[in-house]
Amino acid sequence: MAAIKSVTLKINGQIHELDIGSKVGQIDPADTLIHTLRETLGLTGTKASCGNGACGICTVIMDSKAVPSCKILTIECDGKEITTIEGLRNLKTGTLHPLQQAFVDFTAFQCGFCTPGMIMTAKALLDENPHPSEEEIKDALSGNFCRCVSHYQVLKAVLSVAEKGR
Amino acid sequence: MGENYRFIGKSAPRRDATEIVTGTVQYLDDLKFQNLLYGKVLRSPYAHANIKRIDKSKAEALPGVRAVVAWEDIPDWRGGTPRNVRVLDKKVRFVGDAVALVAATTERIAEEALRLIDVEYEVLPAVFDIDSALKPDAPLLYEEFKSNIVPGGTPIYGPNCLQGVVHGDVDQGFSEADVITEGTFGCENIPNALPAESIGAVAIFEPPDRVTIYGTSQAPYMDKVTLFHVFNRQFEIRSIGHHVGGGFGTKFTCWQVQAYAIILARATGQPVKIVFTKEEHMAAFTLRIGSRMHAKVGMKKDGTITAIQGTWYVDTGCNSFTTQCQVAVGSGELMIMAQCPNWDFKNIIVATNRNASGATRGFGGQELKCSFIPLLSLAMAKAGLDPLEVLKKNFVKPGGGYYWRDGEWYNYRGIDFTNAMDKGAELFGWKDKWEGWLTPTSVKGTKRRGIGFGIHGNADVGEDVAEAYVQLGYNGTATIFLCVSEHGTGQKSNYPRFAAEVLQILPERISMSPADTLVTPFEFGPVGSRGTYSIASAVINAAEDARRQLLEMAAAKLGEDPKNLDTVDGVIFVKGRPDKGIKWRMMGNDKTILGYGRFEPDFTMCNCVMSFVEVEVDSETGKVDLIRVVNASDVGQIINPVGLDGQLCGCWGSAGIDSAIFEESIIDRRTGHMVNANLIDYKWRTFSELPVVENAVLETPFPSHRFHAIGIGEITTASGPSATLMAVSNAVGAWLYQYPATPDRVLEAFSRRAAL
Repeated sequence: MAAIKSVTLKINGQIHELDIGSKVGQIDPADTLIHTLRETLGLTGTKASCGNGACGICTVIMDSKAVPSCKILTIECDGKEITTIEGLRNLKTGTLHPLQQAFVDFTAFQCGFCTPGMIMTAKALLDENPHPSEEEIKDALSGNFCRCVSHYQVLKAVLSVAEKGR
Repeated sequence: MGENYRFIGKSAPRRDATEIVTGTVQYLDDLKFQNLLYGKVLRSPYAHANIKRIDKSKAEALPGVRAVVAWEDIPDWRGGTPRNVRVLDKKVRFVGDAVALVAATTERIAEEALRLIDVEYEVLPAVFDIDSALKPDAPLLYEEFKSNIVPGGTPIYGPNCLQGVVHGDVDQGFSEADVITEGTFGCENIPNALPAESIGAVAIFEPPDRVTIYGTSQAPYMDKVTLFHVFNRQFEIRSIGHHVGGGFGTKFTCWQVQAYAIILARATGQPVKIVFTKEEHMAAFTLRIGSRMHAKVGMKKDGTITAIQGTWYVDTGCNSFTTQCQVAVGSGELMIMAQCPNWDFKNIIVATNRNASGATRGFGGQELKCSFIPLLSLAMAKAGLDPLEVLKKNFVKPGGGYYWRDGEWYNYRGIDFTNAMDKGAELFGWKDKWEGWLTPTSVKGTKRRGIGFGIHGNADVGEDVAEAYVQLGYNGTATIFLCVSEHGTGQKSNYPRFAAEVLQILPERISMSPADTLVTPFEFGPVGSRGTYSIASAVINAAEDARRQLLEMAAAKLGEDPKNLDTVDGVIFVKGRPDKGIKWRMMGNDKTILGYGRFEPDFTMCNCVMSFVEVEVDSETGKVDLIRVVNASDVGQIINPVGLDGQLCGCWGSAGIDSAIFEESIIDRRTGHMVNANLIDYKWRTFSELPVVENAVLETPFPSHRFHAIGIGEITTASGPSATLMAVSNAVGAWLYQYPATPDRVLEAFSRRAAL
């Protein structure tokens, strides 16, 4: 593979062309996607936690799949379409995404640190399977760590969206 | 049912809900600073060693490195209890202990610099458990602590800090007993409460002595107090709190990472951020205390506990900050649970070469109870008594009392929790399920079910001073000045509702100040379930003070006695005549009204949470499944139903029930390395294995503040683990004494049963 000089990412609908290098604002070959999102682009809605791809807290959607952004190198993401928690709300109207609104309505969080990853994982599921069963939701969220135990409220919130239009 | 208030007791969305679901809420690591440097900690590969020499030159020469600091570069700054723990020392006491600090322009450069620091160690023998630490010839962690015994007592609990319970006459008590059991039991798996957000700090240093600290702390004001002393009262500390990604008590103990950031900020003249990796969070930050007890208990045939005698061994790891507090509170909590007239119950705090124990919810009592309930279970089994009936009988009731943390005796003036216990038992179906000790409730092939019961109460609901200001604005608004970070309990959304209820304005018209010690008065921090009584009392008192001033001001304008006035929705009027009133606007826009509220500690009441637990054990694999939990409590008055439900559902997380099934920090006893310091090897429950959790909560008014409520958040994990081990023993048909009940231990218990 020929060495690439830049990486183009489509994040929340916006194109970002980032040069590869070690200067400020450039992408170091060792940069993880979460580092690029949070530190280079200032998208701090995605939270960092375990660094092992084990807790699901840093989940973003890449080409329709929920992925742990701490286990992906940014240089591997050239041409990818990425959605982060910042991309869900309609910024023109201020309207929350139905999943976000459901999380508000069911208070499906306590400390809130795992919430962006939880919502992104649920969104990837609903995009693929709009009406999942409770078991399918549990299965999809089984890689998401939540220490306050908001699992029961999260299930209610996701189910409430999944049941719409069924 | 509680009172029908306008705002209190109604479910409402959290005030920070939109920010949380959109990712815009800011935790420490999301804050931006100009010229920020990144700090990293070089950590010891040895459990116990003297640092003979540190060569920092290569690290210092690396481009981008701004400072490298070791013990020899800083004054003798110390923290801990007693204050003997050097921030950086020439000796390391666990694998992961801080050796040197680096600040650099990027995290990666800081990490690289760590590898360039050359350290020569003199490796020393180490002790990894209570037995080896207490051996006569054991290596000492601190020369001043002979036999590795850490002194008891802590100045913050006063000169008579509770250091054990000696009361009545145990000989008399045992002579009255029908059954006596004795043995050694422990809870030594030091699980990690493990909040999702790691531990960190950002420090700014303005010469000569001004420090601003931004932390992950759940108690920003106490950080100001602690750090002031750590730095020998030389620095003026401003502490600012933010959203905290879970605390569970652990984030009361952030002084070390904060001290590192301050040292690096002082060394570089730039802001420095340190955020621990998850591995550091798990292997180098604080854990639960290790608990072991050798004790004897006497009981009458009717379940009356007549005597408790023994020694509680507390493993604090490499140092102590709050362990003496946990010993004091834990001992008092045992008295609350066991209203026994005769006590001789001492304790010893032991230092070992693992990462330190620190504050964690359950705070001594959970760990002690996990050790005590198995002993009591033997007595209950011997007497053929139902644990629910025995624990119900012995839990504190009006007329009872206990020693609390300051060594004083308190006559209990709270409510009787018997009704809540009965309600929980009814919901769980306890009476129908209970078949007797070591008897499963059902057996289907290899699947055996068992049940257990646990209980916990804590008189810290009214602990420590809280202060608040409430400022009224002329346009019918108010601002609460309070040093509280939102750490997940939703209390920052609840305090405006307390003030709203007093002032009778909508909660939406009330703002909350940031947690900033330069702006707010003193607040100890949301720990020990004190948020609903202690902290809310300060807010209520401040709101009442502001309201009084408002009515006095209006009374002068109306020519009325302030006693005859009332205010609703920003209008002040003569009682009974709401049509004839004047608006708050009468105060004019050239001034505000500032109310002050303080709460003084009150240890005369406790909360109570009960756990009814059903497990299923597989006799072939030894796996334990948590099937169902019923939590029961009486909170006086529910403040926010959905928030309370969330707290109770937390019973199995954050080193709760799961610490009786699979959660543990595993330390290699040969090297001192923690082998599961990551979220793959440290086991945690996933969505795929959710137990059914149901909550039964009563509202019998407490004589607390005007809304008659007390908090329970801290203790919702505390009663479950002992209940779970009891349930597993009953399912297996043989006693299990060790936490967690891993498959190997369960299978070993099955083989013991088979051998009978």
